[in-house]
Amino acid sequence: MMKDWKDMYVQSDADMAEGPQLFYNAIVLKHFVDPKNVGEMDADEADGYALVGDPVCGDQMKLWIKVENDIITDIKFKSFGCPGAIATSSMATELARGKSIQDAAEITDDDVIEALGGIPEQKKHCSLLGINALQNAIHDYLLKKMEFEAQTDDEDDLP
Amino acid sequence: MIYLDHNATTPVANEVIEAMNIALRKHFGNPSSFYNIARQARSILEISRRRVAESIGAEPEELIFTSGGSESDNMALRGVAGALKQKGRHIITTSIEHHAILKTCKDLEKDGYKVSYLPVDSNCRVDPMQVEKSITSGTILISVMCANNETGVIQPLEQIGTIARNHGIVFHTDAVQAIGKIPFDVNDLRVDLVSISGHKIYGPKGVGALYIRRGTPICPTITGGSQENGMRAGTENIPAIVGFAEAASLAASTLDEHARKTAELRDFLEAEIFKRLDAVSLNGGAAERLPNTTNICFEGIDGESILLYLDLMGICASSGSACSTGSAEPSHVLMAMDIDPRTAQGSIRFSLGKDNTKQEMGATLDALAKIVPKLRAISSL
Ligand SMILES: Cc1ncc(COP(=O)(O)O)c(C=O)c1O
Repeated sequence: MMKDWKDMYVQSDADMAEGPQLFYNAIVLKHFVDPKNVGEMDADEADGYALVGDPVCGDQMKLWIKVENDIITDIKFKSFGCPGAIATSSMATELARGKSIQDAAEITDDDVIEALGGIPEQKKHCSLLGINALQNAIHDYLLKKMEFEAQTDDEDDLP
Repeated sequence: MIYLDHNATTPVANEVIEAMNIALRKHFGNPSSFYNIARQARSILEISRRRVAESIGAEPEELIFTSGGSESDNMALRGVAGALKQKGRHIITTSIEHHAILKTCKDLEKDGYKVSYLPVDSNCRVDPMQVEKSITSGTILISVMCANNETGVIQPLEQIGTIARNHGIVFHTDAVQAIGKIPFDVNDLRVDLVSISGHKIYGPKGVGALYIRRGTPICPTITGGSQENGMRAGTENIPAIVGFAEAASLAASTLDEHARKTAELRDFLEAEIFKRLDAVSLNGGAAERLPNTTNICFEGIDGESILLYLDLMGICASSGSACSTGSAEPSHVLMAMDIDPRTAQGSIRFSLGKDNTKQEMGATLDALAKIVPKLRAISSL
């Protein structure tokens, strides 16, 4: 119980000092202001690519991965979206970079949210965008790899 | 801090605080009671009513104090719908109204009323001819806002009022955003009901009024005691009403000066944004607008991302972006103007007030000149 109204203002000032501005926490803000892995890759440079959209709010995202020996060695994204979308994309790419394709494919939106120290409830759908993009890019990579292997197999079959 | 969100709410004027302070300290009596302090509270209530009435050219008896714009809108729609349900069940309004009107209309639809939501053109204007064409024998009420809160676009109330009068239909306007920003006098308009709110004109929150032209058919929505001529039960919020009256009076006497000043700053802000940034567009720019409001689209980026950057730099503005409120739809106003959803998503409203300065505009421009290219560099569009 608060002693008086002065306590109320002291408490409120303390709440603000912790920093939820527009309801985002400090880690989210950091990834929003200084997002990691922003950029693009040329088609011949990227081993996997995805373009995904969020039908809920109109956000859009592009993501590229470079893979060597089944390890994601480089990852880039671009995003038209709200702060939640930018921060979660930044964190998703950070989590995926350096991981094997198998491990990266298992990253979930909950992992991203946890790594960010939480995001507001109504922003949770934003974190799905980055994960979708990552999974689609991995899928694209695997498809290309299969096609490539099929092709080289075909070549082997030539008399 | 640079505050550029005066259409959301305004800081309370010092004169208002002083007036309210005295009312809070001294005039706690219940205006309905008998003894001396109660009668003084009653006298203050009635003087306040006169002050608000004078600010819009009305008679004091024509004003009912409410808890704000939302209640006034509810009272107007539900009150007329209730009073005239034998006569007809059709209401005409627009697709760009505040939710206090739109959701109330949706509610009335559940009770068997039919509502026509008129479209607007790409500059947020309602066509009076559309109003006339929508009238049926069962039309009991026309409700069109005076100026839109998101774009500031001013509606052709004179023509719509004439049409309503010619057909003998009650005409309501939500003037919450117009009052204090453009001249507003009930004698110049053929309007029967007007919603006003205190906190948009440097008054306190939670207080407002409904102007009811003498003879307008309307029944109360909040029933109980016989306060406010039986139109709105509940012991009057004297301190808030005193503050509201001071704010209304100040708004009327300083209107020209504030309108000129905010228009100058607004025009400067707009011109410089267009000079310094590319791929920007003005929403509702070709229409007559409130002097303080501008709604600008920054293409290729999300409005909430701009807002967060502005917030981190101590600048307060607002957006019509969907994601910020967690709702799926972009601004219903920009959608009604047939603006592309992605464009609407990148739209920001700056609404200026009496205390803003040119220096603040400069700082805002510098901030935007940093933020917009930075976000565009991240953008996938
Ligand atoms: C056009 C319009 N009508 C009604 C309201 C609601 O007024 P209040 O906040 O006083 O209920 C607002 C304020 O947001 C408004 O802009």
